[in-house]
Amino acid sequence: MIREDYEVIIGLEVHCELSTKTKIFCSCPTEFGGEPNTHCCPVCMAMPGTLPVLNEKVVEYAVKAGLATNCKIARNSKNDRKNYFYPDLPKSYQISQYDMPLCYEGNVQINDENGNKKTIRITRIHIEEDAGKLNHDEYGRGSFVDLNRAGVPLIEVVSEPDLRSAEEADIYLRKIKSIFEYIQVSDCKMQEGSLRADVNVSVRKKGSNELGTRTEMKNMNSFRSIVRAINYEAERQIGELEKGNKIIQETLRWDDISGKTFPMRDKEDAQDYRYFPDPDLVAIKLSDEYIENIRKELPELPEVKKERYINDFELSQKAANFVTSSKYYSDIFEIATEKSNNPKAVSNWLMSDVARILNEKEEEADKIPFTGEQLGELVQLIDKGTISSSIAKKVLDELFENPKSPSKIIEEKGWIQISDESAIKEVVLKVLTNNPQSVADYKAGKDKAIGFLVGQAMKETKGKANPQILNKMFIEEIKNM
Amino acid sequence: MEIYELTAHELIEKLNKKEITSTQITESYLKRIEEKEKDVQAFVTVTDKNALEQAKEIDEKIANGEQIGNLAGIPIGIKDNICTKGVKTTCSSKMLENFVSPYNATVVEKLNNENIISLGKLNLDEFAMGSSTEHSYFHPTHNPWNLNKVPGGSSGGSAAAVSANMVPWALGSDTGGSIRQPASLCGVVGLKPTYGLISRYGLVAFASSLDQIGPITKDVEDSAILLNMIAGHDEKDSTSINKEKVDYTKSLVKDVKGLKIGLPKEFIGEGINEEVKNAILEAKKTYEKLGATVEECSLDIGKTALAVYYIIACAEASSNLGRFDGIRYGYRTEKFDNLREIYINSRTEGFGPEVKRRIILGTYVLSSGYYDAYYKKAQRVRTVIKNEYQKLFEKYDLLLTPTSPTVAFGIGEKVDNPLEMYLADICSVPINIAGLPAMSLPATVNSEGMPIGIQLIGKHFDEETIFRAAYTFEQETKFREKYQPKFNK
Amino acid sequence: MQITDNEILHIAKLARLKLADNEIQSYKKNLQEIIDFTETINKIDTNNIGETIGVNENYNVFRKDEIKQESNKEELLANAPSQDEGMFRIPKVIN
Repeated sequence: MIREDYEVIIGLEVHCELSTKTKIFCSCPTEFGGEPNTHCCPVCMAMPGTLPVLNEKVVEYAVKAGLATNCKIARNSKNDRKNYFYPDLPKSYQISQYDMPLCYEGNVQINDENGNKKTIRITRIHIEEDAGKLNHDEYGRGSFVDLNRAGVPLIEVVSEPDLRSAEEADIYLRKIKSIFEYIQVSDCKMQEGSLRADVNVSVRKKGSNELGTRTEMKNMNSFRSIVRAINYEAERQIGELEKGNKIIQETLRWDDISGKTFPMRDKEDAQDYRYFPDPDLVAIKLSDEYIENIRKELPELPEVKKERYINDFELSQKAANFVTSSKYYSDIFEIATEKSNNPKAVSNWLMSDVARILNEKEEEADKIPFTGEQLGELVQLIDKGTISSSIAKKVLDELFENPKSPSKIIEEKGWIQISDESAIKEVVLKVLTNNPQSVADYKAGKDKAIGFLVGQAMKETKGKANPQILNKMFIEEIKNM
Repeated sequence: MEIYELTAHELIEKLNKKEITSTQITESYLKRIEEKEKDVQAFVTVTDKNALEQAKEIDEKIANGEQIGNLAGIPIGIKDNICTKGVKTTCSSKMLENFVSPYNATVVEKLNNENIISLGKLNLDEFAMGSSTEHSYFHPTHNPWNLNKVPGGSSGGSAAAVSANMVPWALGSDTGGSIRQPASLCGVVGLKPTYGLISRYGLVAFASSLDQIGPITKDVEDSAILLNMIAGHDEKDSTSINKEKVDYTKSLVKDVKGLKIGLPKEFIGEGINEEVKNAILEAKKTYEKLGATVEECSLDIGKTALAVYYIIACAEASSNLGRFDGIRYGYRTEKFDNLREIYINSRTEGFGPEVKRRIILGTYVLSSGYYDAYYKKAQRVRTVIKNEYQKLFEKYDLLLTPTSPTVAFGIGEKVDNPLEMYLADICSVPINIAGLPAMSLPATVNSEGMPIGIQLIGKHFDEETIFRAAYTFEQETKFREKYQPKFNK
Repeated sequence: MQITDNEILHIAKLARLKLADNEIQSYKKNLQEIIDFTETINKIDTNNIGETIGVNENYNVFRKDEIKQESNKEELLANAPSQDEGMFRIPKVIN
């Protein structure tokens, strides 16, 4: 727990790979994976004499991202070179944007950990190119440069230091991820590195208006480590200040194993990026018409969707919040609802069992393997009494392992609910014979005893009997005794 | 008359009339190279075998009546900072001593499409940084008019080779005069086209906002033919302009009547050699005699433009040359224990002193705290300079100045004084700053028999008027008939 | 602007160049001369000059988002000073 008398100030620089087919400045594929250096050409390998040409989709996607986060869109923009030497940066400069980003002064709304609405301001969104990858050899033979990722388009979303806790940072990042998934500019896969964040943390005494000295943790690529790293770093900084020490402005590396931060860059190697406009590229001038056309094509954004779910489907605030937290949830929700005509049941399944299973697997909603159609069918099967809800849970487990039509699953597994009285009469009689005490209890006016008997019969039929039918049969049989 | 003495258009004519074959032409030039290369040292790589093979193939095709274009089978020389697939592209640097480009520059593709035969790669100041070709890692090139003098630079190999009849024509590149100044010093025709007319894709970048490829030829007609071949929009170069194609040979008419030419007095004033100044005044008379008006005007930008040039060119170069890091290609030091040493030692050992000097200057002007004072200010002054030209072009069709303030200087004379060497570019640099087209064409020789060039500067994308005025001047003065290099030692 | 030894060393370090002791002095002298010469631009009034973007009138030069793969890995790696398993080999980089 962070000390009550301190406040944590967090700003995030979120790097997000755009899901264009080709790289930002050449026609190589952006596809993840592939043999090293096979998604490369003379341009992204920075062969002498090669020149960049900007991918039109990169501009379009960045503007989309800007509009979806309430940014202003620059009518005049340009690309700049950021100069530094590193083996994953083949030109020894990264083409980025310095003082004229494509989008600026935006914001997103979040609900903080107490459910209160809060606005997080976005300073800017700019376009830039990703670097390559260094592979390290454990036998110490060296490092190996793979440039497949070099030149993959990124947007960098810079927030104002408006976040006040690790949880808030987590909620904000999830929100950004969700928005970009909705507008389909990025697949935001953290495990593939297509969504990463540089986290700036500083602390100050509550009531103070001055910002403290900040430290930066670069290239964080999981929600969990971001939360841990912020909490660790805030406490470390408070500890330093309490000891009377000063915080040094520096770049840190978060080590997930030890749960600590360490200074990263060579101290003597003061960075001076020598930004200047890239003379190989020309001005970007966006017309009102261009921007309006993109605005028109924007899909329904999560905030609007949420209100619609509450109004049209009578979902609770909580359910609507949850279902719209990810495009993957809401896509499934909408299709499943259309199929089953039972939005509440669908949202309940997503919120409880689906979320629980994903949580156990430590995966996000994008990893749901089944379709909305399939979940809708599952809800239908329950509603029609074809399966019980306990069987339905087994079907859901099966949908995660081997997704196919639920009716096919229950047929193959023989899980169809038995509602035919003659088929279960034998079981009912057997349970009655084996449980005379319960029968006596019921007769003595203890209605709950029926529930026990039904449970026993369900056990006997491995959950396949229709519990309502069983209930009715037990009452009748006892009456006839 | 030897075949190698002919201009390219004369060769084309003879080839099309089947009076000679491509093989005969190629052999003639290869023989000439063998004869003169030890004195001139214009080449980095001679691709004799490839050239002969290609010539044979083309002759067979011609004999079989195949349609392969009327320029097919004419040889050329290419400055060694233009990428050629399968043949070394060294930039005359130790850094790229063994570098073989995996792709062709767009201009090279265009030459290939016309079945032009490359005789080899021509020497330059390392990475095109210099005005004398003394900064080549391999060897200096010598001026065919006097072998103790520099041929100019950085396209010194290209200009010397054309002048010495070792190639019929050549490609050069011009960042601050690198085509025009050596053309002037070697008595040949050099054109720097408007920025954006020719694709830079495959030209190893020195200063991206100033670099432009262009022809170095024996006469004006060849210049127009070669420009026709290499000009045009390229989607691989964002700065290349999408404009309707022009046939520059149509401008080869001997007529300058009514043409208004401005003569900026500052460019025949202080710092300009007296004989050079007289050549300009002679040219003025010639044009007036032919019906043009030549009027003195003022353009006081020489030193300012030079200062702007060295800031912008070096800044861009310091960044452009970052990619030479010893990792993916090029020279890698043998002395390293870690990554940092690969960077520092490869670059320190791989680059020559002039390249390092410019990288340091460029890094300095871009570094934190100096960016606004130097680079940003220089960009604004660049706009002022462009506006100055704009104003003059409201009154004049062309401007006339010297190409170089002096004739060729001695080898070793200026190599230790960078600033003095930079001043040799004072007449040519402002053109690159403004992105304008300009041609250097030989006018006369000085008292020592060294060529003097005049420079004709046109409006943006108005190469046609330059060609018209240059052709008229050439037809009138007949420099090539009067003077030939003598390879004096 | 007076350039110091330390500045030259700092700049050389940024540019990943090493200067021998005698080079420091000669480069410093050259740089000082050229920098002094370039001060001439400060005499030009640029108060009314806006920032221009790009080197010529071109703007919005974009490429279609279409995959073209024309290169092969062998050619791209052919000039590598050191390579292994299709990658450029460098000394081990430690964070």
